[in-house]
Amino acid sequence: MSPLAERQDAFARALLDPGLAPPAGLAGPPDAVVAERFAVYRNNVAVGLIEALRSAFPVVNRLVGTDFFAAMARTHALACPPSSPVLLAYGGDFPGFIAEFPPAAGLPYLADVARLEWRWLESYHAADATPLALQDLQRLPVERLPQLCLIPHPATRLLRLAHPVLAIWRAHQAQAEPAPMALGDGPEHLLLVRPHAEVAAMPVSPGTFTFLARVQDGATIGEGVAAALAEEPGLAVSGMFSRLFDAGLFCGGEAADKENRA
Amino acid sequence: MTHQTFSAGVGLKPQHVRTILATRPRLGFFEVHAENYMGAGGPPHRHLAAIREHYPLSIHGVGLSLGGAGDLDRAHLGRLAALVRRYEPMLVSEHLAWSSHHGRFLNDLLPLPYTRRALDRVVAHVDQLQMALGRRILLENPATYLGFTESCLEETDFIAGIARRAGCGLLLDVNNVYVSCTNHGRDAGAYLAAFPMQRVEEIHLAGHAPRRDSGGAALLVDSHDRPVAEPVWTLYRRALERTGPVPTLIERDAAIPPWDELQAEAQRAGDTMAAKTDGGMLVSTC
Repeated sequence: MSPLAERQDAFARALLDPGLAPPAGLAGPPDAVVAERFAVYRNNVAVGLIEALRSAFPVVNRLVGTDFFAAMARTHALACPPSSPVLLAYGGDFPGFIAEFPPAAGLPYLADVARLEWRWLESYHAADATPLALQDLQRLPVERLPQLCLIPHPATRLLRLAHPVLAIWRAHQAQAEPAPMALGDGPEHLLLVRPHAEVAAMPVSPGTFTFLARVQDGATIGEGVAAALAEEPGLAVSGMFSRLFDAGLFCGGEAADKENRA
Repeated sequence: MTHQTFSAGVGLKPQHVRTILATRPRLGFFEVHAENYMGAGGPPHRHLAAIREHYPLSIHGVGLSLGGAGDLDRAHLGRLAALVRRYEPMLVSEHLAWSSHHGRFLNDLLPLPYTRRALDRVVAHVDQLQMALGRRILLENPATYLGFTESCLEETDFIAGIARRAGCGLLLDVNNVYVSCTNHGRDAGAYLAAFPMQRVEEIHLAGHAPRRDSGGAALLVDSHDRPVAEPVWTLYRRALERTGPVPTLIERDAAIPPWDELQAEAQRAGDTMAAKTDGGMLVSTC
């Protein structure tokens, strides 16, 4: 290893492990306390990552308070620092960490709130695409529709959560003091869409969720509808289509070639 | 194309975009951190594209780790090149620092030992970056809190050597000069005198947090969370005497104030430039 690599290796290890002494060979002016100067870097690294997580998970932060959040985020960040300089992509493992973080065990829905916030961010940063209108679909001969594969808009996200957290998430969007609220029974099926400007979150029925999950996996409309009706026999299919197209959920369609599909 | 540009700019923050687009303040340029625009799409790109329609842009990378002992992250280099192609900024800059190590991003601009070997490494990385972008970049001097016993070159000589060998321009962060010189017990005026000013194509101004360590030594932290300090404005005037008018950025990355406050600081930078030169107008070639 080159001297520069050795130097950076020791520096990086000490940055991420508060139990280690600062690396040897640091220099400051005569009166400087070198360990305190190293602590500035250590603090910058930890605080920078904590703040990145705080900005990605603002509702979790509001629910637990800034001090609890900082302690939880610090534990995660030092153990799992980002692998990429694109901090927009940092935080995907945080909901799973929260679910296993013993001090947060008293808030069993917290990890689900974090899952919703993470998918919301994914939707926010996803590629742009022009939504497909229902009229575009209606121009096709009706007998071809069951064989059509719909292409989900890149910003579409589906979540099936054990706890119904949409109401909590909505109530904590503003800076307002959190008010006590009754938590309903789970699970909750949610859809995130970004047809034009902003991300919108909406609850969907289990049948609609099944339809979308199958379509996302490449199923045809016919296959998706069959699975949806199996899940939810009373599902009003035409109403579901209107709602989904109004929400700008799809950005294209292509004919399924049954011969070549596995 | 040659056009006249009022040469003070402000770091763009999402919370100010609406006001800026509604009021179109007279300003030379906006600067963004490249990594904040490396998502595929959505509101951030829509806002930046709208700003770019009305103002020149500067793209400032904070994550390439040009001072890293390891190889540059090729995926990241590709993302930066794509962003530069997409927005055609007037300036592209990065830092004399390292921030990634063994595939882990440490999210801070970490200091380098000033040795011949480290110099070779940074020159190779700046070469690689400029090749990938197909254009010159500006390299920014760091704010540091400590140095290394193996350093054998002055920071100004180290930076001049990189610029000469890699053929890059320089971004002079005057606040970083003040912070580093104070932290290392050096004279900031002497630092400026030794700095290769003929290569400076942009200046950064920002606020810092003053502290003392327990030994009583001054310890300034490059916090970007408050207005530019008076001693930094004084150094800025001294720097301008040698650089002439040069695009100057007001940076604020924490405790973001209302837009008017940043605009007023940019106005002060513009006025300072005007007082030092002829009219604060800058002919820039894009």
